[in-house]
Amino acid sequence: MLARVTTTDNGVDSLADVTSSEDRLRRFLLGLPGVDQVGAEARAATLSTRSIKTTAKAYALDLAIQMIDLTTLEGSDTPGKVRALCAKAKRPDPADQTAPQVAAVCVYPDLVATAKFELRGTGINVASVATAFPSGRSSLAIKMQDTKDAVAAGADEVDMVIDRGAFLSGRYGLVFDEIAAIREAAGDAHLKVILETGELVTYDNVRRASWLAMLAGADFIKTSTGKVSPAATLPVTLVMLEAVRDYHESTGLHIGVKPAGGIRTAKDAIKYLVTVNETAGPDWLDPELFRFGASSLLNDLLMQRTKLATGHYPGPDYFTLD
Amino acid sequence: MSRFEYAPAPESRAIVDIKSSYGLFVNGAFVEATDGKPFKTVSPSTEEVLAEVSEAGPADVDKAVRAARKAFEKVWGPMAGRDRAKYLYRIARLIQERSRELAVLESLDNGKPIRESRDVDIPLVAAHFFYYAGWADKLEYAGAGADPQPWGVAGQVIPWNFPLLMLAWKIAPALAAGNTVVLKPAETTPLTALAFAEICQQADLPPGVVNIVTGAGRTGQALVEHPDVNKVAFTGSTAVGRAIAKSVAGTDKAVTLELGGKAANIVFEDAPIDQTIEGIVNGIFFNQGHVCCAGSRLLVQESVYDEVLARLKRRMSSLRVGDPLDKNTDIGAINSSAQLAKIRELSQVGEDEGSERWSPECELPAQGYWFPPTVFTGVSQAHRIAREEIFGPVLSVLTFRTPQEAVEKANNTPFGLSAGIWTEKGSRILWMANQLRAGVVWANTFNRFDPTSPFGGYKESGYGREGGRHGLEAYLAH
Repeated sequence: MLARVTTTDNGVDSLADVTSSEDRLRRFLLGLPGVDQVGAEARAATLSTRSIKTTAKAYALDLAIQMIDLTTLEGSDTPGKVRALCAKAKRPDPADQTAPQVAAVCVYPDLVATAKFELRGTGINVASVATAFPSGRSSLAIKMQDTKDAVAAGADEVDMVIDRGAFLSGRYGLVFDEIAAIREAAGDAHLKVILETGELVTYDNVRRASWLAMLAGADFIKTSTGKVSPAATLPVTLVMLEAVRDYHESTGLHIGVKPAGGIRTAKDAIKYLVTVNETAGPDWLDPELFRFGASSLLNDLLMQRTKLATGHYPGPDYFTLD
Repeated sequence: MSRFEYAPAPESRAIVDIKSSYGLFVNGAFVEATDGKPFKTVSPSTEEVLAEVSEAGPADVDKAVRAARKAFEKVWGPMAGRDRAKYLYRIARLIQERSRELAVLESLDNGKPIRESRDVDIPLVAAHFFYYAGWADKLEYAGAGADPQPWGVAGQVIPWNFPLLMLAWKIAPALAAGNTVVLKPAETTPLTALAFAEICQQADLPPGVVNIVTGAGRTGQALVEHPDVNKVAFTGSTAVGRAIAKSVAGTDKAVTLELGGKAANIVFEDAPIDQTIEGIVNGIFFNQGHVCCAGSRLLVQESVYDEVLARLKRRMSSLRVGDPLDKNTDIGAINSSAQLAKIRELSQVGEDEGSERWSPECELPAQGYWFPPTVFTGVSQAHRIAREEIFGPVLSVLTFRTPQEAVEKANNTPFGLSAGIWTEKGSRILWMANQLRAGVVWANTFNRFDPTSPFGGYKESGYGREGGRHGLEAYLAH
């Protein structure tokens, strides 16, 4: 199958050849420049030392809130829980009307309809995980049906997982075909492809999987399900940002990046924004191209926001649980 | 959406207490100079006068050497190694405790960004004292003979690029081995050495073990030529190093010299590209390029030349040049007007010889000494900017086709301090490292320092090693 490359822009011609056969795809992915682990981690550590204060901090906190995919992905989720989350998404800080809305609410497919109803008219998207999330261990037919169900229920965005087993055993064509098939099944929905970098382990793998997903039609590449440790890390996100930057350089296309899982503090979120700013560039400082998959992060952002505005920290009870 | 503009994030100056004038530190106390004129030290980023410092003349140097001799004979030499270690550990801990103050002071006096003085210089200073403290009671196991002995009084002259770090490289092994020292900091950056003198007082170091004499070339000359100095250690320019080698020739003084460099940073087509770009930037723009081992000659394999250059220029465009005390500054001020003039002159020579000059757009402050990060392309081995040490944020780019050619070009320099290799191929790294005539060869990294690792040069880059067990040996007679 393969051949299906993103078609929204004529700039992709230079890469169309790469996906014309599994062998070519394989050679292309293995031919990508390596990532030196020590160097990548050192760069991420240096970016972490940026000191973001006053006006820059205010800008970053509000931007980070607008980039959140407010997420609940538990077996215990209920319509009640999702309704509460949606209320929080619409008005994160009941005490402060100036606090912006989040980008999306992310749920399992069976709760998409509930979220969609709660968020009608707000401009907040509903994202649904799909494709036998989080392990992805199911047949392609079931994964496609899972995706179609989510979209039929109103999902604006689909967060799919790749077949890590296939990737790690070198069956890149299979991974590619599956992403392309889900791309079809998702229709107009925005497709986020979860690489589950905690299972890919090496940065070389992260770079290859990033390119593979982009070539197969991803709108976003996402680090993790949140169910595997480690989830998002700054160096992994750095490597993915380099991949979208380089992909843009050769195709003109902007692909988004979404670190998910483990980002809990405003301080961490700001480190990610600095890394976006100095790696992919200012274009990516936009909820259309960068998201945080998170839940508890929101309250810390709100708390820091209030601190910046009023000069003191309110207690945690001044912010809603969900 | 508006841009993410980083607001100014200056580190507070309030933590440092700079006196209006400083004397010399001789025999455990600050004393007036007897035969020199005071001189001013300025902040290179603003040209503000920070303090007035005494110039030590020959008589002052003589006093300092006498104090060091007495301390060596009466106290420090006979002292058990484990007791010397206690003092060194104490100094190391005091440096850590006062690290923020020392970092701010270093950035003020030198012009380097606070991010570097805070995250590189000062932690390494403490690490050197900790490391050599550990050696003080184990000298017989250092591989310098069964019963190694200190030389006696060490006369040490250090440069302005890493003022406190170079002091640590010199003083820590000297004291661990049982020597006493007279050290002259560079005339443009004396303040952290004087702060170190206070730390010696704070640590109750016996008087005379460490003496700091400030001044310029004349003071340094008086020190290295003093007949009662047993060991000379110098870091600085090749020209001064040569003069020192001449002056000590025929005496029984031991000498180590750490001089200039024109390091090749060699990029192969299979290099990990993003980290390589970081390594190139770190290699030449770290500390404004005021680094003797800076990767100032970039050798790029022709097959990836265009890609490397495009990525390098993009990366250079995001470098933040400005206030050294701003925590987000990547490149600070050039240390002195004299150095700035030299960088400007050699850059002009580069243009005149036909190389293409490029700098990212960056606004430089009106006051102070500034030079933008600069890259020269179309440089050949015959150009002066490929041969002479510029000691500034100026990179010369050359190309090669094969590993053999890379080695030949890398070695085709009168210097031999350091080199860098960027490739994912381990066997090539080992092969290259064996061929390169340079004291330090970095693989897939650059400008990494560690107290356990020896550092020093081939050819005109000097002789002797500092750091590690080798650095200890330089302070032991055997």
